[in-house]
Amino acid sequence: MSTNYLSILLFLPVTGAIIVALVPRLSSRIIRYIAAVFTFIPLAIAIYLFAAFDRSASMAGVMQFEESFSWIPAIGADYHIGVDGLSLPLLLLTTLLGFLVVLISWKVEKKVRQYFFWLLLLETSILGVFCSLDLLLFFAFWEIEVIPMFFLISIWGSGRKEYSAIKYVLYTLFGSAFMLAGILSLYFATGSLNMVDISQGGLAIAQSVMPAVPIFFLLLIGFAVKLPVFPLHTWLPDAHTDAPTAASVMLAGALIKMGGYGMIRVCVSIFPQTAQDYAPLLLTLAAISIVYGAAVTLRQNDIKRLIAYSSISHMGFVLLGIFALGELSLTGAGLQMFSHGIVTGLLFAVTGIIIHNTGERNIKQLGGLAHQIPLIAVIFIIGGAAAMGVPSTSGFIAEFTVFLGSFSSTAVAGVHIFTFICLLGILLAAAYILWLVQRVFFGPAISRFDAIADADNIEILYCSIFVIILFVVGIYPKILFDVLQLGVAPIAAFFGG
Amino acid sequence: MNFELLLPEIILAVSAVLIILLDLLVGRRIISLSISLAGLAIAFGFTLSMWGDVSQPVFNGLFALDNYALFFKLLFLFIAAMVMLASVDYSARFSRFQAEYHALLLLATLGMMLRAAAADLIAVFISLELVAISCYVLVAMLKNKSSTESALKFVLLGGIVSAVLLYGMSLVFGFSGETRLAEISSIIQSIPAQSLLDNPGLLLGMVLIIAAFGFKIAAVPFQMWAPDVYQGAPTPVTLFLSVGSKAAGFAVILRVFFSAFNLPEVLSSDWGTIFAVLSAFGMLLGNILAIQQGNIKRMLAYSSIAHSGYIMIGVAAIGLSSTASLEIHSNLLFYISAFALADLAAFSAVIIISNKMDSDMIEDYAGMGRRSPLLAAALTLSLLSLIGLPSTAGFIAKFYIFTGAMDSGLLWLVIIAVIASVISAFYYLRVAKVMWLNEPTSDERLTASLLPKLALFTAVLGILVLGITPSLIIKVTETAASMLGS
Repeated sequence: MSTNYLSILLFLPVTGAIIVALVPRLSSRIIRYIAAVFTFIPLAIAIYLFAAFDRSASMAGVMQFEESFSWIPAIGADYHIGVDGLSLPLLLLTTLLGFLVVLISWKVEKKVRQYFFWLLLLETSILGVFCSLDLLLFFAFWEIEVIPMFFLISIWGSGRKEYSAIKYVLYTLFGSAFMLAGILSLYFATGSLNMVDISQGGLAIAQSVMPAVPIFFLLLIGFAVKLPVFPLHTWLPDAHTDAPTAASVMLAGALIKMGGYGMIRVCVSIFPQTAQDYAPLLLTLAAISIVYGAAVTLRQNDIKRLIAYSSISHMGFVLLGIFALGELSLTGAGLQMFSHGIVTGLLFAVTGIIIHNTGERNIKQLGGLAHQIPLIAVIFIIGGAAAMGVPSTSGFIAEFTVFLGSFSSTAVAGVHIFTFICLLGILLAAAYILWLVQRVFFGPAISRFDAIADADNIEILYCSIFVIILFVVGIYPKILFDVLQLGVAPIAAFFGG
Repeated sequence: MNFELLLPEIILAVSAVLIILLDLLVGRRIISLSISLAGLAIAFGFTLSMWGDVSQPVFNGLFALDNYALFFKLLFLFIAAMVMLASVDYSARFSRFQAEYHALLLLATLGMMLRAAAADLIAVFISLELVAISCYVLVAMLKNKSSTESALKFVLLGGIVSAVLLYGMSLVFGFSGETRLAEISSIIQSIPAQSLLDNPGLLLGMVLIIAAFGFKIAAVPFQMWAPDVYQGAPTPVTLFLSVGSKAAGFAVILRVFFSAFNLPEVLSSDWGTIFAVLSAFGMLLGNILAIQQGNIKRMLAYSSIAHSGYIMIGVAAIGLSSTASLEIHSNLLFYISAFALADLAAFSAVIIISNKMDSDMIEDYAGMGRRSPLLAAALTLSLLSLIGLPSTAGFIAKFYIFTGAMDSGLLWLVIIAVIASVISAFYYLRVAKVMWLNEPTSDERLTASLLPKLALFTAVLGILVLGITPSLIIKVTETAASMLGS
């Protein structure tokens, strides 16, 4: 591959950010268009890469579109990027959301220049995490992301925004502190920072030579904070609730996927044996996250906070899929990450419109909105249906695959019991979504909302893109299934299918 | 005697004298400044031309002109030039003492350069005193109450420390009968390792020397002077103390302990452990105490104490390492350079801002992002580098120094270090928050003359270069470290 598609894709958003920051006298309008262009081209490239991706079975676990050159020879760190079946869907998701959040932010008027600077920088850092194949590079991108998010939440957020922003930063840095210790131990034990080499050699060497268990958990803590896993989840409701809409979409849609991705790519790939030994512990945490998360969601009265809490429950499904350790369950975890990105992205986007138009976020004060803003109501209900896993939506196929996969997995004893407990999450999801829809959209119309606007053209545009993808994946899941299966096959092979 | 080898130092001394003399005839600031900068530039050129050439001890073992010394000399010359550039506007506050200010800075730089090359305890002591005495006067430059108070504290404590250092050195001399570091090392090695530890004189001498050096680098628990002196001193002098004096302190620590006390291993693991403990306390205490500071100079003083802790990780790793690997020295030099750049940028921005606003309180930085976006962006970037976030020099530096520590089995220290970094994010980001989020108290734009901006720009560029393509500098630090490592 002569053209460095991945590098171009990776650095276009940050190039846009630098242009936005440094070129003087740009009007807000021009800045928006620059941001749109510099996020649309990466999306186009990602779609091209997705189409050109070699799906033949011989490519299982093989990196494609790889680029590599020496970065810091003294410690053997390389600039090494590439994608496989696991990271490609997430890359696609991130570029998609990156473009859509620019549209979502079209009406932002406050400090436009800075706003798009941080938004574009954020996209590059998330993309970097998904395509890095060098641990130092991976960690660098992982850490960069904190800064844009800090500013996005604390400047353009609402409510207790400064508290939420610093809480987010400290939680993330706390997690990555352990991760850094883990990466250093790994580097010291293997003498390499190359993720592909370590995981291939790891299958043979890792178990015996190095103290696998402590390193596994050091790394896992970093990822668990991000996913988030109970009891490390408390930053999430605050950050999601107080962030501006676009940041919430990015946060819930792409950013927390870094946690799930990291668990599969680093923890499970490099330490399969340890993962298998400690799977019951992690499955327990998954079950708690799902059930507890869903139960807390039921109790929320702030519409945005409710959706934020539902993420904890939905990410529990990802954790279940990962640590059931079957090929199907891991594929399901990947699907669930993609699907949740789309579904929750949509829900946050619509919620943003509702809050913006009505000026109200307390569910108890809302009601009967279906009379006044029918379009928004329809879109929200579609999103809600996907969140509770109604067939023909991506949510259904993702959760179904996770459950089928974890139920049939042979790698972990007693996985059936966990699966049954986690099934409760589906029930609770239906309850909180339906109840939310009922309280917000149905019932008698409230007169003070009579004059509010329904979705305008640009809002309809980005909502429809979300809805189309949600149905495409729901009806024709093979489009992602093949790719994901290639990605998880080598890991699943270790556990005998 | 080959005086050519001391040409850079001689040039600095001559420039300093010239400035004082010319000041008697024409008392213009521009003359002092241009002579200083020219002197520094010429000295830099000569030092650079020696790079890679000499490695023999010269002047009967008094100095070692190896790449290690040259590396630090170049660093000190660079720092001194940056400090002078950054202080162009600020120095109007002590306009009567322009010549003295520049001459003393040159003399302090001269002392630091000699210190980096010192291979004899007497040379170490004299060069330390040259720096210290110059700095005492520099701190008092403002001649107001707080500046004078700081200087007085600095002199009194500095005097005690000199006594402690001399006592430690005399104990080592009494034990070995030598002042040259290489000779001390060979005498120590000629004694069986077991009886070495039974000898309290040597160990006490070593501990006293550590205490005295610890004072110079503001290591906890010898850090008490730093916040007061940093706050009261003129800000450019604070910068000079925080960056230059600290780097010089580490230059001599590494030189003395590696050349004289590195072998046998029982001895080096002794001082390695001491430095590891000092490092842990420095990182934790420095960062925790920084949180409650309202004055940015005081905050940066505590940050500087914490960073001494991080650098000491490298020293501890060298002491506890079983193999004298190149990397373990190189990462220390890299960290010092990265810290110097970040602190240079932070202080340059603070000098520009506080000079205009006449306040060092963090709350007065409110709305700086609107009043002067580029200045605020530069300060933010330097703070991010001090936290150690990626794409800045601080990130690579921390990772690099941690690899060395892991190599010496110091996982516990690395974990303390990363936790301390998380704590530090809190107060660094608070400054960023105040600048970008809070409403400005006035809408007046902040301006500065060209030279301070040039200093700030150079430092920021350095942070990014070291953060993104560090391999360039790592090659240099590896060459510099090769005399110690091999």
